[in-house]
Amino acid sequence: MPGQTLYDKLWSQHLVKQRDDGTALIYIDRHLLHEVTSPQAFEGLRLAGRRPWRIDTNLATPDHNVPTTLVERSEGNAGIKDQVSLIQVQTLDDNCESFGIEEFRINDPRQGIVHVVGPEQGATLPGMTVVCGDSHTATHGAFAALSHGIGTSEVEHVLATQCLLAQKMKNMQVRVEGELGEGVTAKDVVLAIIGRIGTAGGTGYAIEFAGSAIRGLSMEGRMTVCNMAIEAGARVGLIAVDDTTIDYLRDRHYAPRGEMWDAAVADWRQLVSDAEAEFDKVVNLDAADIEPQVSWGTSPEMVTGVGGEVPDPDEAGDDTARTGIIRALDYMGLAPRQKITDIRLDKVFIGSCTNSRIEDLRAAAKVARGHKVADSVALAMVVPGSGLVKRQAEEEGLDKVFLDAGFEWREPGCSMCLAMNADKLGAGEHCASTSNRNFEGRQGYGGRTHLVSPAMAAAAAIAGHFVDIRHFDTAQEA
Amino acid sequence: MQQFHYLDGLVAPLDRANVDTDLIIPKQFLKSIKRTGFGVNLFDELRYLDEGYPGQDASQRPLNPDFVLNQPRYQGASILLARHNFGCGSSREHAPWALEDFGFRVVIAPSFADIFYNNAFKNGILLVRLSETEVDRLFEEVAANEGYRLEVDLEKQRVTTPSGELLEFEVDDFRKHCLLEGLDDIGITLKDEDAIHAFEQRHRVERPWMFREA
Ligand code: SF4
Repeated sequence: MPGQTLYDKLWSQHLVKQRDDGTALIYIDRHLLHEVTSPQAFEGLRLAGRRPWRIDTNLATPDHNVPTTLVERSEGNAGIKDQVSLIQVQTLDDNCESFGIEEFRINDPRQGIVHVVGPEQGATLPGMTVVCGDSHTATHGAFAALSHGIGTSEVEHVLATQCLLAQKMKNMQVRVEGELGEGVTAKDVVLAIIGRIGTAGGTGYAIEFAGSAIRGLSMEGRMTVCNMAIEAGARVGLIAVDDTTIDYLRDRHYAPRGEMWDAAVADWRQLVSDAEAEFDKVVNLDAADIEPQVSWGTSPEMVTGVGGEVPDPDEAGDDTARTGIIRALDYMGLAPRQKITDIRLDKVFIGSCTNSRIEDLRAAAKVARGHKVADSVALAMVVPGSGLVKRQAEEEGLDKVFLDAGFEWREPGCSMCLAMNADKLGAGEHCASTSNRNFEGRQGYGGRTHLVSPAMAAAAAIAGHFVDIRHFDTAQEA
Repeated sequence: MQQFHYLDGLVAPLDRANVDTDLIIPKQFLKSIKRTGFGVNLFDELRYLDEGYPGQDASQRPLNPDFVLNQPRYQGASILLARHNFGCGSSREHAPWALEDFGFRVVIAPSFADIFYNNAFKNGILLVRLSETEVDRLFEEVAANEGYRLEVDLEKQRVTTPSGELLEFEVDDFRKHCLLEGLDDIGITLKDEDAIHAFEQRHRVERPWMFREA
């Protein structure tokens, strides 16, 4: 028998029933909820007179709509000025209360972006199936948990049956071997991967990220990589268990303890692809070739190294690609062959489930220390991924570094990643953003998003335009 | 869920690859806690010249005359013809809700993003994958012929063009069955309640740390 991939193992460990029609029932271990994609599911449940199958598997927190200034947050839900947003957050609170689901409410110190909160609490464990009505659920795959986003009908299905109807995906392995250069981060790795395989390159696949460069990443970095698997079209991104995984989880709130911990660790150690496992597709990247990345267009695959330039549509492969580039350049207000380092920024956003963990904030603070945000930058904001990340950063004095440099230091939430709250771009504004999507209008109507790493975003805030972080002087002290 | 058997419908072409769910329904409309009423904001940023927000009177908003769905010849379209990777991006089911509410029951494209594919079928929308060449040709035919219609037959898994040409498509048995019968899949899954309980018991013994009260 050929070896099994990590994905194959996780799949078979959760297979309740394989049906003749090709679909399967998969058991779900962890269900994360937020306010945007759950209200209609709870309503459906009620209308059908159904109850949640298992309460202890669910964990909820509001994140998309919550305001991020201290003034607003000090009032709790009442600080949500947008009435429609307020109703949505209130509805989550009410649903969790009436069904007995654990929720970290708006000002609970454990509140935050659902994909930061799950791992931080140890609610995401290796070998679990993790779902959430949110496509960036792929993040949790960094723990060798089979995790993916689902729609609202599926949220209702999981609530009612603890299962999901699924079809097995194909296996893809993306190997990044070698050592990353100075200043090159997990974000640059995943953007380079998306640039290579395209936004539909992973459609129908579960991608396992492997190779020495991936192994060398911290859990924070691994989460950044898996988070953006969906931007390559793959619902699932996975990384095998190793010491880094296990060290991260020890003593987390929901993690097992004592003998149970030892038994769990022994089980988790099996969560790697067998040496003889075969993948349907393998993609290889050399870590040494990866430069700090900057996206120039309106799709995450429209990305290049910071030393590069905006492409020329006349050099595109085919008509669809050419019109795609023309449309993107028009929307982005960029000229063909413009140098990336000539792109000037109006706003800078450091946050989102891709890059709002403590390591991301440390990387940005290291760059910001002793510098000032350029006068031409109207707003540079840092939004921690959770209340606990915020507290940790404050204990390390990072908030002071950011405030001294002229950044705003905010309360946790999704914030300007998708601009459902008050944090948004104005039309035509260019933003260096550590988030994951540069779609038209994503960060505000007419806004222009450039995806970068936290260090690159901080450096861009200071310079007022993109700079190669590898040549940026971070040693200077005020 | 609405059943789907057969549709003879007007086709509207959206000639653009990688149409993401933010484009299908921008985030400000995701604040609703209902499943209905998203149709007026389908493709909001392409359709209107101003910025949309929830609760607006759409009839007062300036339309973008260049956008295909605003052109008189495509009024009443129920089939959307699109390019590859349609529906990429977020898991928001508001995207199929908006398409359905607007009046689309079928989307034809060379490929669809995975989560969107699932979500559409759960809302009575049939997604038809045709080859890149077939889709190219349909785009040409739609552009050349005003009032261009297609017949879509789910039972027979085929699309018929006005010239009588038959284009066959694949769809898995389960999704086809649910769509033909308009079935609620929670009900179907609950027929396997015993199997789920049995699995759960075994799972709890093998991996007790996955159960919080354990
Ligand atoms: S931070 Fe952005 S991508 Fe992540 S869950 Fe929130 S809105 Fe979605």
